[in-house]
Amino acid sequence: MITDSVALETNGHEPSYLEYKGKHKGILGWILSTDHKRIGILYMCSVLTFFAMGVVFGFLMRLELIAPGKTIVNAETYNKFFTLHGVIMIFLFIIPAIPAIFGNFFLPILIGAKDVAFPRLNLFSWYLYITGGLLALMSIVMPGGPADTGWTFYIPYSVRTDTNVIYALMAAFVLGFSSILTGLNFITTVHRLRAPSMGWFKMPLSVWSFYATAWVQVLATPIIGITLLLVVIERVLHVGIFDPALGGDPVLYQHMFWIYSHPAVYIMILPGMGIVSEIIPVFAHRTIFGYKFIAFSSIAIALFGSLVWAHHMFTVGMSDAGEFIFSLLTMVVAIPSAIKVFNWTATLYKGSIELAPPMLYILAFIFLFSIGGLTGVMQGVIAIDIQVHNTSFIVGHFHYVMFGGTGFAFFAALHYWLPKMFGRMYNIKRAKVAFWIIFTGFNVLYFPMLIMGWLGMPRRYYDYLPQFHPYHFISTIGSWILIIGLIIMFTNFVISLRRGEKITKKNLWGGETLEWQIDTPPTFENFAEIPVVEDYPYVYKDNEIAVEEEKV
Amino acid sequence: MTTQAQVHSTEHVHRDDVGARLGMWLFLFTELILFGGMFLVYSVYRFTHQAEFHIAAKELNTLVGTFNTMVLLTSSMTMALSIVAIQRNNKRLSMFFQFLTILLAVFFLVNKFFEWSAEIHHGIYPGSETLLNEKSGKILFFGLYYVMTGLHGLHVIVGIILISVMMRFTSKGVVKHDDYIKLENTGLYWHLVDIIWIFLFPLFYLIT
Amino acid sequence: MKENNVQVEHSHGYGIYILVWLGLLALTALTVAVAGLDIGRFTVATAIIIACAKSYLVLTIFMHLRSESKTFRVFVFVALLFLVISFILLFADYSFK
Repeated sequence: MITDSVALETNGHEPSYLEYKGKHKGILGWILSTDHKRIGILYMCSVLTFFAMGVVFGFLMRLELIAPGKTIVNAETYNKFFTLHGVIMIFLFIIPAIPAIFGNFFLPILIGAKDVAFPRLNLFSWYLYITGGLLALMSIVMPGGPADTGWTFYIPYSVRTDTNVIYALMAAFVLGFSSILTGLNFITTVHRLRAPSMGWFKMPLSVWSFYATAWVQVLATPIIGITLLLVVIERVLHVGIFDPALGGDPVLYQHMFWIYSHPAVYIMILPGMGIVSEIIPVFAHRTIFGYKFIAFSSIAIALFGSLVWAHHMFTVGMSDAGEFIFSLLTMVVAIPSAIKVFNWTATLYKGSIELAPPMLYILAFIFLFSIGGLTGVMQGVIAIDIQVHNTSFIVGHFHYVMFGGTGFAFFAALHYWLPKMFGRMYNIKRAKVAFWIIFTGFNVLYFPMLIMGWLGMPRRYYDYLPQFHPYHFISTIGSWILIIGLIIMFTNFVISLRRGEKITKKNLWGGETLEWQIDTPPTFENFAEIPVVEDYPYVYKDNEIAVEEEKV
Repeated sequence: MTTQAQVHSTEHVHRDDVGARLGMWLFLFTELILFGGMFLVYSVYRFTHQAEFHIAAKELNTLVGTFNTMVLLTSSMTMALSIVAIQRNNKRLSMFFQFLTILLAVFFLVNKFFEWSAEIHHGIYPGSETLLNEKSGKILFFGLYYVMTGLHGLHVIVGIILISVMMRFTSKGVVKHDDYIKLENTGLYWHLVDIIWIFLFPLFYLIT
Repeated sequence: MKENNVQVEHSHGYGIYILVWLGLLALTALTVAVAGLDIGRFTVATAIIIACAKSYLVLTIFMHLRSESKTFRVFVFVALLFLVISFILLFADYSFK
């Protein structure tokens, strides 16, 4: 086996991290805890709350769009809906979710450590997250009402509109800071706290993706920080930075905005890809194909992802040379992602596939992410982008990658790791039913967007021409199917926490990484002794491919 | 096997000076890129409004700017010297150098105050009528000037607070000759504040 | 060794810092002097180069990059690379407008 450590078995009398009694009692023992596992749970509760809010706004948007003309709200309110949906889903859900929940809980365990490098900073990151969330909520309730600029806050409207843009921008700023500190913590943790026997190329692939993500978090986020700060200053002090009425360049704002926001989508997808690399070997019972390629592709995605931002700006009046260069670079960035997909598929080949719930979501990921990714590459072709920019085609594209990709990976991680985190098993059958409803609803919701966008339906429009009605109608039905599926999935988890079958088994799924060698749920210290790791994390003994890999 | 009582600590606090410095450097990168973003904006506007930037810069006082640069560079030296002193277990000397650093930083801010007062007195400040009647290049120049030197000044203030805390820590023995990582990291922060000014100075004061 | 988390610094003498300080003052004087010359297109480049030289001194000596492990230097390189790339690509648009 991969670990050969002494005394990994605790005496069984050690309390789990859930029951552990530290300096503080009750709720204080949670919100003042610096234990990475408890912080992961804190994030989970808050992130899922905001996810639910984001879903509600999405639901309301689709309800409005089910028919042309006004259905439930007027245009101004619709603008606020899509702004809030974007801000909440992006800054409060997708960016933090996998790193802050599963990275926090499992990264130290995966590398054989007892905690992250800076536990108190970790707790502070969560406080910042909550503060950012509260600021976002304030933008909704304070006079002026929520921002209606879209989550992109483009100049000049963001300095003209009377709505609570400043609250929204401050929320994003604070959330960015939370993200930065998490990244800083993870980088230091991976460098300094790996078990002595775990070299870089024995790390699980999810750790590689958390690491690559952390670099993007640390380097790219300050750019959005300063950009949004400048917009706030411009609104308050009328300084003259981006506002064209004061001599500024609104396109420069877009450049600055996307220099972060494009790498941000890699902050979103890389952890998801890490989850895929974690789960596929386990449920295909095969060694991962091309470990080093997958590891390096994470770094490559982080690097190349910083080079392509202006492909969001092909229609705003950039120079021809600039557009050409960014289009070319956009083609390049697809390559490392494709390498991952090929390696995952190769891992599945001749594997003994077990369709447990986590695996269902992962297989769906590969399919949905491929659609999203390919539609993305299409948009990298300038001639196509001129046609589809600001249409539903874009909306369909990014929901396929962010939701079909990261979202589904997140759901997979929940199904994979929740039983470990809480020692309770959910109902497998119910989980599978929920999956199929979610998968169906997802495609019914988003595929029509690709079609109608291609045919010219603009995005962020609350009204539309009658020819688009059938697509919108189908799409809204899809949203209802999706939401039913989500409700079943989450209800399944909640029930399991109370009444699910108790598990004490350490290795639920037959995984080879370190979290499956420790108690279920883990003890406070994670490990009684720091483990010794001998081999690749994904070696499955009963197949020749594994032996070949070892020899290479 | 350690007993439960020994193993339990409410925090996993272990000493790792290298890790602490690594984390500090990562934080400094975020500051570097925060200001770097503004330098990006500056560079685009200087490129597109070269002549107007040139004219606008004449309003700034090169002498004060140069003097302030020397002040900050000196404060960087005193900061570095305070660390050598504590390494050599010379607590008093270390605190003296830390105090000098603070003094120089305050001096820098006082100069800034007079600079800004003069400019505001001439009606040149964000949102002022005088400024808004100028050419867009000049508006942009002073917008960037106030925001960048203002944000830098805020960082100087934070630095002063941090170094003051370090002085107290040094006097109390929290910072000592075999454990001075807090002072070191404060020093790193201070040097970055200096580096930012090293770039701000020529780009605003030395456009001719 | 990772267990040896307490770094015993090779204590620089006071002297090196004073030397670097003098160098920084000299470079400052240089950059001011050069600003007075008319070198047209090279004004910005010269100012940036001198600023980089000053920063290099502060980074390597004052901030001890010289005595840190290679990891730190790689980190700094990566961070600077990000800024430089952003700058270059930004001008891929603006220099051709």
